[in-house]
Amino acid sequence: MYKKKGPLALFLIPTFTFLTFYLYYPFFMNIYNSFQQIGGLGESGRGMNTPWYENYLKIANDPLMRTALKNTMVLMVLTVVFQVGIALLLALLVDNIPFGGKFFRTVYFFPIVISATALGLLFNLIFLYNGGMLNQLLMNLGLIKENIDWKDPNHYFLTMVLPIIWQYVGFYFVIIVTGLNNISEDLYEAAEIDGATGLQRVRYITLPLLRPTLCTCLVLAITGSLKVFDLPWTMFVGGMPLDKSWLTGTYMYYQTMNMADVDYGSAIAVLIVVLGVIISRVANFLFQDKEDY
Amino acid sequence: MVSKKITPARILIYTALCLWAATTIYPFIWVIQNSFKPKGLIRSDTFSLPMGDKFTLENYLTAFKRVDIGSAYINSLAISGIVTVVVVVLAGLAAYGLVRYHFRLRGFCQSMIVASMMFPVFSTIIPVFRMENSWHIVNTGSVWLTRLSVILPQIAGNLSFAIIILMGFIRSLPIDLEEAAYLEGYSVFRIFFRIIMPLAKPSFATVGIFTFLWSYNDLFTQMFFLRSKRFFTITRLLNEISSQAGTNYGLMVAAVVMVVIPVLVVYIFLQNYIIKGLTAGAVKS
Repeated sequence: MYKKKGPLALFLIPTFTFLTFYLYYPFFMNIYNSFQQIGGLGESGRGMNTPWYENYLKIANDPLMRTALKNTMVLMVLTVVFQVGIALLLALLVDNIPFGGKFFRTVYFFPIVISATALGLLFNLIFLYNGGMLNQLLMNLGLIKENIDWKDPNHYFLTMVLPIIWQYVGFYFVIIVTGLNNISEDLYEAAEIDGATGLQRVRYITLPLLRPTLCTCLVLAITGSLKVFDLPWTMFVGGMPLDKSWLTGTYMYYQTMNMADVDYGSAIAVLIVVLGVIISRVANFLFQDKEDY
Repeated sequence: MVSKKITPARILIYTALCLWAATTIYPFIWVIQNSFKPKGLIRSDTFSLPMGDKFTLENYLTAFKRVDIGSAYINSLAISGIVTVVVVVLAGLAAYGLVRYHFRLRGFCQSMIVASMMFPVFSTIIPVFRMENSWHIVNTGSVWLTRLSVILPQIAGNLSFAIIILMGFIRSLPIDLEEAAYLEGYSVFRIFFRIIMPLAKPSFATVGIFTFLWSYNDLFTQMFFLRSKRFFTITRLLNEISSQAGTNYGLMVAAVVMVVIPVLVVYIFLQNYIIKGLTAGAVKS
């Protein structure tokens, strides 16, 4: 029945028209733009840069760009370890309880549906220096004598990373729980008859069978951490404190919109994509090739 | 399968799960509770309940006086509603075609979709802006053209994810039903709308909910295309309030609550759909 290819065109053409005009054309245009001189948003290029790779030289020599890259890499590692790690732990725990599973799923997932702009404002109020929720809590408990400035050079990174990690744990949690539900009960029953303990069951049945799911989570977490924008943008305006908190995404927006250096912004965007492709390829390769189970 | 006994290990498990639940619930309770208190108290007495003379509607009155929340809700609903419907239909058709048909460029088409998920919106937005500018649909003063200028890039941005999710589900459907229908003389389009869509309803619902929320919350695209106050969506408006409110923390908490509440309500009602979708898939396999 699916031999006649006539209707296929109707299935695919609308989607691929969108992809071509709104993703692929702009994507390659953006690479081209990164070699051009562009006066402003919405204007076309005025000719090539001299030398044509000028913006990439600039990336290599820009100290703020180096900060942004370093921060993004650290954020990526923390995201993968803690976001996916916490989600896996919670999912394994939920898998072992008789009731309440649905409640926890609902509650854990909730932060994802809230806009990061609203969360950014919310966390600004929580981490406020003078009378923020956290400082008031710690004061009331007698743990601190003076307010802590959560956005000073000593604390800013944790303050920035915690909300980002926290928001998306529920997302990976739901993916992993779905993966767990797909594992056949028979396997567990067989293992129980063979006398496997709970931990052994996790080690020898759950984790190996969950590998494809975890691999998906890993790639999503890596590309996700390169796309982070709204939360740091609302919480750490202008790279505060002292240009230390830039991420690749926020720095790209800052260069494009605030500094009006559109072509440099394009070059940074190209770099973000290249990093995403390379790192997720490598992670995928490492994770899928290892057959130690 | 899981027994219902209460054991010490189980109490520990529940404690751990509840702790994480507290981190995801309490911030929202806290912000709602503080939105009903005089703005001074937020920074001095933040944990008390808004009762007696601590209760006030002042923050909400300020918010309504200063900004046009109503039309922002309508703008959000119009934009995200259209994006969702278009994405669900187009992604469904494409996923169906890509799963069931075997053709020469199939592998290429699939990698084209997967690869496009890698494009951050940062890397496409500038050329998209220029392209729409040359079509004269940006900054026109017309409501529907302005909405269209946000709707089109948002549709493109959500298609790939939707297609991948739907492909997974359609692949797991038994092909026998479709073959039987085909022998009865159904056309492939009728098969799609009468058999595939009803069977895959839970995953269509999941995709629809995600698309709607991502579109509603997507500040980055909205910042680029919504310049005039009349066209502001609710998220864009919140961003505006946050830059204007200064140290009026009362206004800020009220604004956060007004953005969160509709999502919370929608979420509570549709959550059942998501969970049913996820567990139904599991039970069937």
